[in-house]
Amino acid sequence: MAVKIINENCKGCTLCVRACPFEAIDMVDKIAVINEKCTNCKQCIPACKFDAIIDEEAETEEVDLSVYKHVWVYAEQRGGAIMNVALELIGEGRRLAREIGADTKVYAVLIGDAGQTEPLCKDCFEYGADGAYVLEDPLLAKFTTDGYTKVFADLIKEKKPEIVLFGATHIGRDLAPRVAARLSTGLTADCTRLDIKTSSYIDYANKYTTQDTSDLDPASEDHGLKQTRPAFGGNLMATIITPYTRPQMATVRPGVMTRRERAPGATGETVKVQPHLQASDIRTQVMDIVKSTKEIVSLTDADIICSGGRGLGGPDGFNLIRTFAAKVGGVVGSSRAAVDAGWIDHSHQVGQTGTTVKPKIYFACGISGAIQHLAGMQTSDIIVAINKDPDAPIFEVADYGIVGDLFKVIPEIIAEWDKAGDLYEATIDRSAE
Amino acid sequence: MAFQIIVCAKQVPDTNEIRIDPVKKTLIREGVPSILNHDDANALEEALKIRDKYPDTKVTVVTMGPPQAKDMLIECLAMGADEAVLASDRALGGSDTWATSNALAAAIEKIGAFDLIFAGRQAIDGDTAQVGPQIAEKLGLPQVTYVTDFEISDDRKEITVKRALEDGYELIKLRTPCMLTAIKELNTPRYMSVGGIVDAAARDIPVWGAAELGVDTEKEVGLDASPTKVFRSFTPAPKGKGEMLEGDTEKEQADKLLIGLKTKHVI
Repeated sequence: MAVKIINENCKGCTLCVRACPFEAIDMVDKIAVINEKCTNCKQCIPACKFDAIIDEEAETEEVDLSVYKHVWVYAEQRGGAIMNVALELIGEGRRLAREIGADTKVYAVLIGDAGQTEPLCKDCFEYGADGAYVLEDPLLAKFTTDGYTKVFADLIKEKKPEIVLFGATHIGRDLAPRVAARLSTGLTADCTRLDIKTSSYIDYANKYTTQDTSDLDPASEDHGLKQTRPAFGGNLMATIITPYTRPQMATVRPGVMTRRERAPGATGETVKVQPHLQASDIRTQVMDIVKSTKEIVSLTDADIICSGGRGLGGPDGFNLIRTFAAKVGGVVGSSRAAVDAGWIDHSHQVGQTGTTVKPKIYFACGISGAIQHLAGMQTSDIIVAINKDPDAPIFEVADYGIVGDLFKVIPEIIAEWDKAGDLYEATIDRSAE
Repeated sequence: MAFQIIVCAKQVPDTNEIRIDPVKKTLIREGVPSILNHDDANALEEALKIRDKYPDTKVTVVTMGPPQAKDMLIECLAMGADEAVLASDRALGGSDTWATSNALAAAIEKIGAFDLIFAGRQAIDGDTAQVGPQIAEKLGLPQVTYVTDFEISDDRKEITVKRALEDGYELIKLRTPCMLTAIKELNTPRYMSVGGIVDAAARDIPVWGAAELGVDTEKEVGLDASPTKVFRSFTPAPKGKGEMLEGDTEKEQADKLLIGLKTKHVI
């Protein structure tokens, strides 16, 4: 449990002496010796160029994978509310835990200010967690990389989970790599699919990918986590494993996993842990957290674009598109035809002579789909086309097409937008029956 | 002593043209046109802006990659970086983020004392956003990721940054030395100057292998040392023609659309 000098490797270079913040290393006969001021902060280990300083704990902890048990989910909360992605991951974590074995559990890990997180355990249990670790301290009131990394990594070292999942949020993607590096274990970023059993993985691969799975054994006893993620903007997929170190860690893209149906009154085991943290451990100071109302973003940055074309019939038609964009959190785009007609400013134009865009969703409303327009938007993740003419070329590139009057269809989409979650869950309930 | 800034950059493929080594299941980078990763250009720009204001600042760019990553370093020098270093060795190939951060942390320590490290948040090929924080962990530095706004005190000891959140931002203060990762909202990268290109092309860029870096090729860097392994890599099933949503009413069509969007996790 301590930093140790390997005398035969020490060259007497004194780099470690300079790196030590506590004057805890002396030179005795040209060899470094650690004195009683050592706080085990480990700053000297990376400073040594000759591998002469080791962390004894890391050295003796020759990983016995079988001692690592259970699935953990970082139950990220901001201002006392659990992030949706954490609830999704509790559901996914439960599914994975049960695939590993009947006695494998899913735990939520809650970190925050004194009294702030314990009330959130109920949410975790009702969405499927078997238990929850609660780490509370006034120093953890706001997220800081230093504070959260320390208490999370300490808990992992002590309790040894097999799998730890984080939402791939701006906070999850800051915290997880730091924790994984401290534990010298693997971390897979931004996963969109997780599997334990090889048979589940084969089913997925056969259905959604082009890969040949004939060399995989569906009866394999392998219980390692298969972590699938996109790279190169989704042009390439990779499945990553962490075979020799534990825990297996992943961040998971929000909105990809399905939340379990809430089970009101469900309970679980709450484990309170007193974190060991001092103010001096935290080297950043959060001065302010500002919630901004969505700024007007440019077309190239927009996640959702609502574009209108000649089918709008005139400049007033864009009022509907503006209402639509405001509802869905999108930005207004247009075809060249609408710009040439003077219905909207050129800055909104999407296409070869306008802006090239690649949003998550592109709504083409009353746009026929001239080649020059398609060139500027056809790599959007999802294209939705709404047009009166069933033969419009826009339908050739659309993921979803609706033939109809946009002045009737769009108001219905606006009216139903907030119910999308319920509509979707209703279809799951039906398929489960 | 001069104020020392290190910028971590990566050369990334510029096209959607992707090839995969059928045996190693890793990407073949040779032969694909390459550029300086976008977020890294923002990281370099911010470092150069500090030097514009405080001329005794020195900006050193470090990268890990194949020998041709030198071209990207020349680009960085032409933008105005003072020095560039390439960590390159066959033994470094196949490194995951953990192993990559070991190599880059070793390179940074070899460069010497530093006050500030800038990196791009993530590279457009891997999209992991893990290497910056993992270098910071290896070097024992405080970090701020997703930086959109940067200010430094006149004594260059205290830094105030804005860190983007999904629904706003945090205002964070910290002291040097530290690691910051940049996103495109931070600034607009400058162009290379013509004179800069000519001068940069003539520069001698040091190349450090595993031995110079002092990293263990079995335990710290490379494919075998990496805790994560590529189990399979593949391409998703091709996109077919879309689905026409029928319905007796517009409401029915709208509902079908929203269920579809929800199923595909885009809303």
